[in-house]
Amino acid sequence: MSKPVNYEKIEKAARTRENIKNGVIYTFLTLWAVMVLFPFYWMLLTSVKSYGSYNSEYIPKFFTLSPTLQNYADAFTTVPLGQYFLNTLIFTVITTAVMLIVIIPAAFAFARLNFRGKNALFTLFLSLMMIPNELVIITNFTTITNLDLRNSFLGLILPSVTSVFYIYLLKENFAQIPDELYYAAKVDGTSDLKYLLRVMIPICKPTIITVTILKVIECWNSYVWPRLITDDEAYFLVSNGIQEIRENGFGRENIPAMMAAVVVISVPLIVLFLIFRKKIMEGVARGGTKG
Amino acid sequence: MDNRNSKAWLYLLPAILFLGVFMVYPLIDVFIYSFEEGYNSASQTFFGVGGYNYSYVLHDPYFLQAVKNTFILVIITVPLSTGIALLISLGLSSIKPLKDLFQTIYFLPYVTNTLAVGLVFMILFRKTPYTDGLANLFLSLFSAGPVDFIDGPYWAKMFVLCFYTVWVVMPFKILILTSALASVKQDYYNAAKIDGTPRFRVFTKITLPMISPMLFYLIITGFIGAFKAYSDAVALFGTNLNAAEMNTIVGYVYDMLYGDSGGYPSYASAAAIILFVIVLTITCINLLVSKKHVHY
Amino acid sequence: MKLVLQNLTKKFPSRNRKSKEEVVAVNDFTFEIPDGELIGLLGPSGCGKSTMLNLICGLQKPTSGKIFFGDDDVTDLPPEHRGVGLVFQNYALYPHLTVLQNITFPLENLRGEAKMTKQQMVEKATQIAGLVQIDGLLERKPSELSGGQQQRVAIARALVKMPRVLLLDEPLSNLDARLRLQTREEIKRIQRETGITTIFVTHDQDEAMSISDRIVVMKDGVLHQIGKPQDVYDDPVNLFVAKFLGTPPINVFEGFVKDGKLHIGEDIVLDVKGAADEDVWVGIRPEGFVLDENGPFSCTLSGLEVMGRDVSVVSTNEHSANPVIRSIISAENKVDLSSPTVRFALKPKKVFIFRKSTEERIRFDIG
Repeated sequence: MSKPVNYEKIEKAARTRENIKNGVIYTFLTLWAVMVLFPFYWMLLTSVKSYGSYNSEYIPKFFTLSPTLQNYADAFTTVPLGQYFLNTLIFTVITTAVMLIVIIPAAFAFARLNFRGKNALFTLFLSLMMIPNELVIITNFTTITNLDLRNSFLGLILPSVTSVFYIYLLKENFAQIPDELYYAAKVDGTSDLKYLLRVMIPICKPTIITVTILKVIECWNSYVWPRLITDDEAYFLVSNGIQEIRENGFGRENIPAMMAAVVVISVPLIVLFLIFRKKIMEGVARGGTKG
Repeated sequence: MDNRNSKAWLYLLPAILFLGVFMVYPLIDVFIYSFEEGYNSASQTFFGVGGYNYSYVLHDPYFLQAVKNTFILVIITVPLSTGIALLISLGLSSIKPLKDLFQTIYFLPYVTNTLAVGLVFMILFRKTPYTDGLANLFLSLFSAGPVDFIDGPYWAKMFVLCFYTVWVVMPFKILILTSALASVKQDYYNAAKIDGTPRFRVFTKITLPMISPMLFYLIITGFIGAFKAYSDAVALFGTNLNAAEMNTIVGYVYDMLYGDSGGYPSYASAAAIILFVIVLTITCINLLVSKKHVHY
Repeated sequence: MKLVLQNLTKKFPSRNRKSKEEVVAVNDFTFEIPDGELIGLLGPSGCGKSTMLNLICGLQKPTSGKIFFGDDDVTDLPPEHRGVGLVFQNYALYPHLTVLQNITFPLENLRGEAKMTKQQMVEKATQIAGLVQIDGLLERKPSELSGGQQQRVAIARALVKMPRVLLLDEPLSNLDARLRLQTREEIKRIQRETGITTIFVTHDQDEAMSISDRIVVMKDGVLHQIGKPQDVYDDPVNLFVAKFLGTPPINVFEGFVKDGKLHIGEDIVLDVKGAADEDVWVGIRPEGFVLDENGPFSCTLSGLEVMGRDVSVVSTNEHSANPVIRSIISAENKVDLSSPTVRFALKPKKVFIFRKSTEERIRFDIG
């Protein structure tokens, strides 16, 4: 070293830089966290303000000293929120169940069985992944209308079942199971169906759960198709219900009651998310999309 | 056909049926629709075949408005959301305490109902005779406003729409980028650190190239998603989007199909195909650009 | 550049949250490496070698103790100011950059007086590339190179800014056996030509012995012995070092010392003047056995392994700590396979005794 280096100065500067960096990062992250959480806070807050006090606040208050649950009672009595809930539950459960029944055998056939035209058919399936929903919804609307299935669960469910992407995801997972397992099962005289039910499904349970959760989220939040196909309140899902409440419910301006309804609708998925946090985030990272 | 073959097809039958009826057939049908002139959905008859539907849609001021809105939305939200998501992911991947908590919070919008939370946004931004709303309270701190973001001037409405769209798409982007960043091996950073590489250079020369495949994936899906925007707008401005001047291309398709101005599946089909062509073109351009810049 | 470590200690909080105990990766390490030497840091997996390396290059901060480069205290200095080059076990070459860009990468960070023009960087990189003999590959991407070539690029990248200390983390572990031999000679040559003080970490004693000027044997974060490879081999300080060095490994027996004589079971095998009476471990190098019909040490013969130049006599003894005893004798000696027992005389210099309790070496006078 030709000239003395002031190590202490370098060390101190490095420490200061590190501290400033961390400060900036945490501030920034907290800022976005507030941005994300604030609408949730506001919806909870508003939902427990009484109708009178909410409307008298020209400048909105950030807290309330006299919380009330009246709005929740209103949300369930003035509009058929319970009905919307039940409809969505039925729709979600049946659609997801039927989807699993459809995609698991298909994924199994692609992953395990050999048949003529397999590659061509699989390519066709893959290319269907690129077709936007908006393109096919028009004819589906006409089809369902012509079949007289508007305002029925069948009409809601049938076009919502198909999911090429999930077939693909599951097939990839099935294909990872070593061939030896299949041959061993064959030697023991296991039938294909039994092999699927007793070996493949248990092994691929994590992926199946992921697919199920993603489909449940999709169903719970679906809006466009239910809106097109139902105009009878008896078949509204929660999304349509919210829209209905917004435009006609609660004499239009009972905001606290609206917010109570919004809270009720949002809670199930948030709870589901908090329970299956790891699985959901993993599943979405592996190929979920939104929009 | 032997036994093995027929068994395989049996397993595939439900999937083929569903996909055939609700995807393949509609796909062909929508093209036919779009060329059938004067289709009447009640009698299921039409006058002739030609490009009139396209010409009608392209001259419809509502459609042009929808195209304009959609493009503005895409151009603003895609770069903005991707950029912010990148910043947040970089921040997330350089901290340890509270990281899990932040990640959980950031993901929340993904699992919430777009319509439901949209309602909250509407209330935050709306100005009524009773209250100026929280957004205006915030603006008044800078002695600006009040502005009605929901029923007011065009750009105010557009601002809220963009803001909400960014809020909604963020979780997915943060998640993807955070896992992309986590997959860059620590050794590369250590090597750079020993060489005294400045932070910014580490970012441009190492991090960015390493995550570029995921970044382009996000940009491409971001474009596709933003072009198909619809329910965010409904959540904020109600179902009558044409009146609010906030319609999107997808909204136009649905309006043509059903609702107060509905009953024209041919126009809807033409508009849907135009949208498909636009998205396809943009995606191809994106892919070409990414070929040039993605390094593996 | 001389490298000095003083009482260096690194503790990690335990992974197991319930126990508050800390994991000590490096424990009170003190040694000095003279300028320009090639040091092999040797120890079994998980003994704290990599932590040691990270402490020296500054990626981790020690819990206590000091590190000096020459006379400079660099203990708290961030890595970029230390002037170290590090070659990673899996090379960590930037996959999106060409070989040339990888090598010039560290140079582009130089600021102030040290700043180089593009031309100078390329010249410097080409010169280093010549040194490690990868001149022809400069325009390729790392994915187009073989493992050995990637290794050279990684070394070139670490060398290009002329570090004060070069650190290599298991540099040969990702190469196949033949390439490993070739590359270790190469590392030796490069180190000689540049004269940079170099530390390389390995768990392979063969590797360490063959190229190091000096080896440092560590286990569980503790320094056991430091010295020239041959010295450490010939004069281990404890049972661990004796067992860790040498192929085939040293043969260990249970024995005891009585009246200056070393006993293994019934046999009185060696004179060990100066050693006190106690129970001991006896370590005998494979080459320490001499076939002798009248030798004092008898074992049960189980077979012969012929390895060209040498013959390895495989036998058993009830007091052996290993299942079999391997002794290497010159191939010219004839072994009588018909007899069930084989008798050995022992070379005193190849026999080490260790205290039973502490496994410390007990020295004795060689007659």
